[in-house]
Amino acid sequence: MADLATLRPAKPLSPARSRAGDRLAAKARRNLSAHGFLIGAVLCFLFFSWYPICREIMMSFQKTHLGVTSWAGWSNYVRIFHDPTFWTAWKNTLEFTVLALIVGYAVPFLVAILLNELRHAKGYLRCLVYLPVMLPPTSALLLFAYFYDPTYGLFNDILRHLHLPVSQWVQSSGTGIPSMAMISVVIAATWMNMGGATLIYLAALQNIPGELYEAAELDGAGLLRKIRHITIPQTRLILSMLLLLQIVATMQMFVEAFILTNGGAGVNNNTLSVVNLIYQYAFALSGASNYNSASALGVVLMLVLATFSGAYLWLTREREGAR
Amino acid sequence: MTEPQARTLVSSGQLNRHKVAYRVLLTLVVVIATLIFIGPLYFLFTDGLKSTAESVQVPPTIVPAHVHPGTYASAWNRVGLGRLLVNTLYYAFGALAFQLVFDVAAAYSLSRLRPVLGNLIFALMLATLMIPATVLLVPQYVTVSDLPLLHLNLIGSPEAIWLPSVANAFNIFLLKRFFDSIPTELLQAAAIDGASPLRTLRSVVLPISRPIIGVVSIFSLVAVWKDFLWPLLVEYGYNPNRETLNVGIFEASSTTQQNLVLAASAMAAVPTLVFFLIFQRNILSGLTAGSLKG
Repeated sequence: MADLATLRPAKPLSPARSRAGDRLAAKARRNLSAHGFLIGAVLCFLFFSWYPICREIMMSFQKTHLGVTSWAGWSNYVRIFHDPTFWTAWKNTLEFTVLALIVGYAVPFLVAILLNELRHAKGYLRCLVYLPVMLPPTSALLLFAYFYDPTYGLFNDILRHLHLPVSQWVQSSGTGIPSMAMISVVIAATWMNMGGATLIYLAALQNIPGELYEAAELDGAGLLRKIRHITIPQTRLILSMLLLLQIVATMQMFVEAFILTNGGAGVNNNTLSVVNLIYQYAFALSGASNYNSASALGVVLMLVLATFSGAYLWLTREREGAR
Repeated sequence: MTEPQARTLVSSGQLNRHKVAYRVLLTLVVVIATLIFIGPLYFLFTDGLKSTAESVQVPPTIVPAHVHPGTYASAWNRVGLGRLLVNTLYYAFGALAFQLVFDVAAAYSLSRLRPVLGNLIFALMLATLMIPATVLLVPQYVTVSDLPLLHLNLIGSPEAIWLPSVANAFNIFLLKRFFDSIPTELLQAAAIDGASPLRTLRSVVLPISRPIIGVVSIFSLVAVWKDFLWPLLVEYGYNPNRETLNVGIFEASSTTQQNLVLAASAMAAVPTLVFFLIFQRNILSGLTAGSLKG
């Protein structure tokens, strides 16, 4: 309650007014106004966040037949586990996540190290890498769809100039891992999103005390050893936090596949992600639209993502505690 | 151009010894980065100037052979960009207004008024950060189409975008952390003058919180502007006239000629690019404020 005192007059109250009843009334009044400030946000959380979380879990165990809702046990889960598309979607999502991490995690770190060494044009380059992040995703993705076009697209034109075999890009039907279709989605996604990670790394690099590098030089450490023994350990926490954040973000991939391959299905569901499948289960399959299967899939994805974001929050607390 | 430089991997002494190598590297980085990040934008804006035939010609032309500025005008009309733009602005600024009022008030209450159960409420809010919105797509949609207790159907109304945007734990976290750092003496002085909590918020807290409110505002505008899936469900599915820029252009793209699609995409990108150039400094520093310091 010491904090409440901060908003009260610092002067001691007169004996007559400090009677227990008055104090209680004043406390109730303060609480009432404090809750008044909170109520708008709390209601929004209640309706659009807390309740939907519970509702998703409930719906995943229910079925609706002719407008009557009843409990269905695990049948929704059994049904989606027997759906081959479920496994395709998970395979695609994991493939996307791993590829996006290989490209979208390592590249920004290397770019940030490079940017940090430059003495000129830093502001310009910082703006440049963040520019695509600001674009409306539809603009960026429709542009990439145009570049990827097998006949008149720019990318195949470049390949032809280099005398390399042309590709079907997002429309590839190959089922190899990684598939060309998924690589194409990753390229577009990385171009669109790498700016954020690069700038966060850059800020972390700038926090490394310069004396560490000087000490390492006195010991005769070369460039690579300085990166290995100073840069990476010093940014380790940010590196692991961003890794978790990116896993959570990439596993929710939707719009890239949805726009590049016209609805997410692509050729043979080549780029269909888990969120694409949730959308299909719930809204796209006309007639067979089923919120309950979609909820079951949502719960599965929720458990996977909550594991990673839980780890992220735990790391953040470590970090706050360390300071 | 040179900024004061902290000590990094390579020392200034080393750099001076390898001036030529540094110059070459710098030029390479600038040229390659410009090609990668501005290059696609060049095509976004120039391919919309081509005629329909030229836009699907093999091989593609780098510079439009014949410039057709009229493509932009017909794309504007064909896709109905004016209406889409107005819709998107309406959603984005409405969401911003709701977020500023409710989230600032909530963060202020949690940070300074400390109501009973405040810590529990804050913990429950933070817990939602672990569950990303896309996962809750279906139950959120079902809830918005029939709000419990109130039995309101928000589908197709702007509130379907505005109100869920308030449930943003990250906003509240950033604002609360900033309010926590305001010196207590300042607020005590206001209380001695007999200011009510609302008055203190308005005249003391808000004026010094301008930087953090700026960051929260920018990111909330950008988030609504870039959102695709939720507006597709709650607005487009109900009434195509209420769709956002992103959804509208995507829906038009399958039935519209390539050059018109690109011209429309280019025009849709202009507001965000202008916004970025104006607020570039705030956006770039806000980005790290959210994750590192702040």
